[in-house]
Amino acid sequence: MEKPNGENGLVLTKEQKRRQRVRSIAITLSLGALVLLFYIVTIVKLGPGVLNRPRSTSLY
Amino acid sequence: MSLLSRGAGVRTAAGSAQPSTAGVEDYLALIKPRVMSLVVFTVLVAMLIAPGDLHPVIAFASLLCIAIGAGAAGALNMWYDADIDALMRRTARRPIPAGHVAPGEALAFGMTLAVGSIAVLGLVANWVAAALLAFTIFFYVVIYTMWLKRATPQNIVIGGAAGAFPPIIGWAAATGAVGIEPILLFLIVFFWTPPHFWALALCRADEYARAGVPMLPVVAGRDATRQQILLYALVLAPIGVAPWLCGYAGSIFGATAIALGAIMIALAWRLLRADEFCSYAAAKRLFAYSILYLFVLFAALLVDRAIGMLSGQWPA
Repeated sequence: MEKPNGENGLVLTKEQKRRQRVRSIAITLSLGALVLLFYIVTIVKLGPGVLNRPRSTSLY
Repeated sequence: MSLLSRGAGVRTAAGSAQPSTAGVEDYLALIKPRVMSLVVFTVLVAMLIAPGDLHPVIAFASLLCIAIGAGAAGALNMWYDADIDALMRRTARRPIPAGHVAPGEALAFGMTLAVGSIAVLGLVANWVAAALLAFTIFFYVVIYTMWLKRATPQNIVIGGAAGAFPPIIGWAAATGAVGIEPILLFLIVFFWTPPHFWALALCRADEYARAGVPMLPVVAGRDATRQQILLYALVLAPIGVAPWLCGYAGSIFGATAIALGAIMIALAWRLLRADEFCSYAAAKRLFAYSILYLFVLFAALLVDRAIGMLSGQWPA
């Protein structure tokens, strides 16, 4: 329920809300791009050797 | 005034109790994309001519880190210089003096990018490159911005080292070490910086004087500045040719560097000889040409190396 005037704290204008939304989208995209970059860099750093996993010598 | 409250004196719509009004474009402006583009280009050239096989993904990630590190230095520079930026026409529309970004936001943004880019470069490439990037950001923000810029007319001479480091960082990212070749690239950018910035300062001397920044034209006068520009152009021209003279580049680069250096000296000479009426146009022409000089010189190095690889002169 909306509180009476003056008790709502900061009330954002329409323009401030729009800019906040655009900033949030930009941060989301940046973080997504970083995750993708870290994933690809990790695969590259591991190299083809990661596919040659040693056979288990366990008897079980 | 504490460092955290620095910049609060400038007009900011985004005051401490107000929600941020910054847009994405304001954050992009904070990282100085035009300066960054030249940094990226010099780093790219250094990486491409460096020996060894750097994986394209690692090269791209390293380049991105160095570019973001340069952007971080730009944001921290804008945070510290917000007071003088507000006084100059050229910089008054930057995000902090324009009131779009609060000083604290710019500081947090710059520090986050700086720490993030250094750490990721260390993990992705190597810690030599990361240490060089950290030193470059420190040098630009603390030595140049906080100390030299407001203290001495030699500010951009010494501070120019910060802009000259990126090719060394790129080389280090590719090889894990620093060699003679990137040091020559460093020297080219280092001696290119004074004529480039003093040409700009000649056009904006009144603004620098109003802001209290002791640029050479403000302190020593226009004639002394034009003499210094010619002096640095005379030093720059042979240093520009040095990679060819030292055997690190072929004749295509050598011929290009000689021609570019000769034009630079000619424009500096014309600026020195220009009367009061024509000196503004001559300074503006030299400023524009200096950007072209650096771009074409590094591009020539790249083309020369590519042709050398194809003809077997340089190892692929």
